[in-house]
Amino acid sequence: MADRAQPLSLPLRVGAGAAAALVLALTLGTLGAVLLRAGGASALGAADWAALRFTLTQAFVSAALSVLLAIPVARALARRRFPGRGILITLLGAPFILPVIVAVMGILTIFGRSGLVNDGLAALGFGRISIYGFHGVVLAHVFFNLPLAVRLLLQGWLAIPAERFRLSAALGFRPGDIARHLERPMLRALLPGIFVTIFLICLTSFAVALTLGGGPKATTIELAIYQAFRFDFDLGRAATLAAMQLLLCAIAAGTAMRFSLPSGFGAGLDRPVARWDAGAATLILQDAAVLTLGAAFLLAPLAAIALAGLPQLAGLPAPVWHAALRSLGVALGSTAFALALALPLALAVAQRRRADLLESLGMLPLATSSLILGTGLFLLLRPIASPGDLALPVTALVNATMALPFILRALIPAARDAHEGYGRLADSLGLAGVARLRLLTLPRLRRPLGFAAGLTAALSMGDLGVIALFADGERATLPLQLYRLMGAYRMADAAGAAVLLLALSLGLFWIFDRGGRADADA
Amino acid sequence: MLTLDTITVRQDDFRLSADLSVAQGSHVALIGPSGAGKSTLLSVIAGFFPPASGRVLWQGQDITGAAPGTRPLSILFQDQNLFPHLTAAENVGLGLRPDLRLAAGEHEAVSRALTRTGLAGMENRKPAALSGGQQSRVALARVLLRSRPLMLLDEPFAALGPALKAEMLDLVAEIAEETRATVLMVSHDPGDALRFAPDTIVVADGIAHPPQPTGALLDNPPPALAAYLDVTPPSGR
Repeated sequence: MADRAQPLSLPLRVGAGAAAALVLALTLGTLGAVLLRAGGASALGAADWAALRFTLTQAFVSAALSVLLAIPVARALARRRFPGRGILITLLGAPFILPVIVAVMGILTIFGRSGLVNDGLAALGFGRISIYGFHGVVLAHVFFNLPLAVRLLLQGWLAIPAERFRLSAALGFRPGDIARHLERPMLRALLPGIFVTIFLICLTSFAVALTLGGGPKATTIELAIYQAFRFDFDLGRAATLAAMQLLLCAIAAGTAMRFSLPSGFGAGLDRPVARWDAGAATLILQDAAVLTLGAAFLLAPLAAIALAGLPQLAGLPAPVWHAALRSLGVALGSTAFALALALPLALAVAQRRRADLLESLGMLPLATSSLILGTGLFLLLRPIASPGDLALPVTALVNATMALPFILRALIPAARDAHEGYGRLADSLGLAGVARLRLLTLPRLRRPLGFAAGLTAALSMGDLGVIALFADGERATLPLQLYRLMGAYRMADAAGAAVLLLALSLGLFWIFDRGGRADADA
Repeated sequence: MLTLDTITVRQDDFRLSADLSVAQGSHVALIGPSGAGKSTLLSVIAGFFPPASGRVLWQGQDITGAAPGTRPLSILFQDQNLFPHLTAAENVGLGLRPDLRLAAGEHEAVSRALTRTGLAGMENRKPAALSGGQQSRVALARVLLRSRPLMLLDEPFAALGPALKAEMLDLVAEIAEETRATVLMVSHDPGDALRFAPDTIVVADGIAHPPQPTGALLDNPPPALAAYLDVTPPSGR
C-alpha cells in the first residue's frame, strides 16, 4: 500500500517556486522584453521563410542520417566483444560535451577544401568538394548526433533480455529471424523518439550554422536571429523569428514526449550480450568494417586537431590564455548557478506523483533561443550596468539556463529514488531541513550532481552563442577567440587554442564527474 | 495505551476500519491475508498515511496530525531501515539527533547501544559491509537508543532465515523490556505470533479487529483467518 503524497516542506516550496519563476522569467520573460523593446513583432521577409525551410530540411536530413547510420554501428557494438570496446563506447559520449567550434575545426581539417578527403579525391583525379553550406551543416550535425543515436540504440539492444537470445539460439534462429522477432520490434519502439530528439537538437543549431553555413541558402533560424541583431539591429524581426523557433521546438518537443527513450545516461553500456547467431564470417567482416568506419569518422577530426594543435600549445599568444581564464570563470559561475536552480526543482518534482507542469517548465530552455535569452537579459539589465560589463555574467546565466534540461534529466530519477527509498525512514527519524539536505539528499545525489556539474561546466566552457553578439576584444571567451583566429586564418594558433579548449572542457567534465564518484561506496 | 478511535482508511477501492485499543507494554501481532491492510494500519499509526476519518491517540493524546518524526514511536520497515551512505554509528546516532551533531556523551551512548546489540567494534562499517542480521541489529540499536514508548515492526526480519529471525525477535523482546515499549508486529508466521505476542489483531475483510489472545485465536480461527492459515475452521459452533 503506497503512501499518499506528503505536502512539500516550506523551504522546498519556496526554493522550487523561486527557481520556477526565474526559469519562466529567463525564457519567456526575456522574449517578452525583446518584443516590448521592438514595439511589437515585425513581418518576416523572404529570407526569413528561406531560413525556416533550411532549418527544417537540414534538421530532418541530419536526424534521418544519424539514426540510419547508427543502426549498423549499434548492432555491431551490441553483438561483438573486442579490446577497446569499452573505450569506444565511452568516447561515443564525448561529442555531447565537445565544444562545437573545435569539432567544426576538426571536420574542416578532414573534409575541408584542403583537408585529407579532398586531397585524396584530387589525387584520384576528382574535383574538390566544398563542405560549406547544406552539406557541411548536415555533416557536422551527423558528427555530433550519430554517437548519441548509437548510445541510445545500444541501450535498446542491451535491454533485450539475454534469455531471449538464448531461447532464439535454442530454437535455431538465424540472423534474419533474430532481426524480425527481437530487433525490429525494439527499433520500431525506439527510432521515432531518437529521431525527434535529434531533430530537436538540430533545430536550434547556431554555432555549426555560423561556421559552416551562412548565406541565403544555408541560414538556420537561430543564425537569422543573430544576423538580425548584429547586422540590422532589427529587434522586432529577431523576436518574431524567436517566437517562430519557440513554436517549432514546442511542437517537436511535444511530439518527442509521446515517444519513449531509453532512460538514464547509459549505465552499464559495456556489458556485452552472448550471441550465438552472429558467428558467420561475412557478419564478422561487416561489423568490423562498420565499426572501423564509424570510429574513424568520429576520431579522425579530433586526432587531426590534436596533432596540429599540441605543438602550438606552448607558443599561444597571451590573449588566448586570458580568454581561457575568462572562460573558466564563466563555466564555474554558470555551473554554480545552474545547480542552485536545478536542485530545488528536481527535489520538488521527485516528490510529486506524476510528471507535471514543473517538470515541463524545466524543459522549456530546450525550445528557447539562447540569443534571445541573452539579448532580453541585456535589455533588462542595461539600466543598471554597461553592456561590456554584462557580456560575461549574461553568458554564464544563459549557459546555466540552457543546461537546465540536461541537469534535470540527470537529477530527477536519483532524487526520486532517494525520496522513495529513504523518505519515510528520514521522516520517521525527524530528519528535516538542512540536516536532511546534508545527511540524505546530497549524499544520495552525489553522482548525478557531479555528472551534471561536469556537463554544465563543459557545455559552458565550449559555448559559442550569446558571447558572439556582445563581447568586445577585451572580453572574448576562448571559443570566441578561437572563432576569431580561424576568421583571421591564423590556423596554427587556432589549432593550439582548439586543443587548449578541448582539454579544458573535457578536464572540467572529468574533474566534476570524478568528484561525484570518489568514495561513493554505497 | 494506544487507541485507534473509529479510524477509516480509504485508497481507491481499498477500505479499512479500526476501532480498538492496545494496552501499554503489551506485545501484539497483526495477522491477516496479504493486501488486507496490516502495513497500511502501521503507516496510519506512524503518520505516513492520513486516515479518512477517526483519531489516533497515545495515552489519551490526539496524535493524528503529528509529523512522523515527532510521534512517540519507532518503526522498522521491511527494508531500507538504514542509510547506505552512512556508517553504522551514524545510522544509530540519527536516533539521538537527526543532524548528527553529537556530544561526546552521545557518541558513547551510540557505542553502548551497538555493543548491546552485539556489534562492538563495527561502528565505522557501512551497511554494505554488514550481513543481513547485522543490519537488523544496527536498526534495533537505534530503536533502543531512541527509547520511544511504542515500537512498530513491519516485518523487518522477513528476509532473514528462521534461526536468525528468532534471534532478532528475542532481541526485540529484550529491548522492549528495557525500554518498556509497547510492540505492534506484522507477521506472516503464526509461530512468531505465538512465541512473541500474547495478543493478536486480525486484519481481514476490511476490518482490524481488537486484540484477542493469540493462542485461543489460532486454535479456533475465524473463517477469513482460517483460509489464510490454510486450516479448516471448526464446524458446528
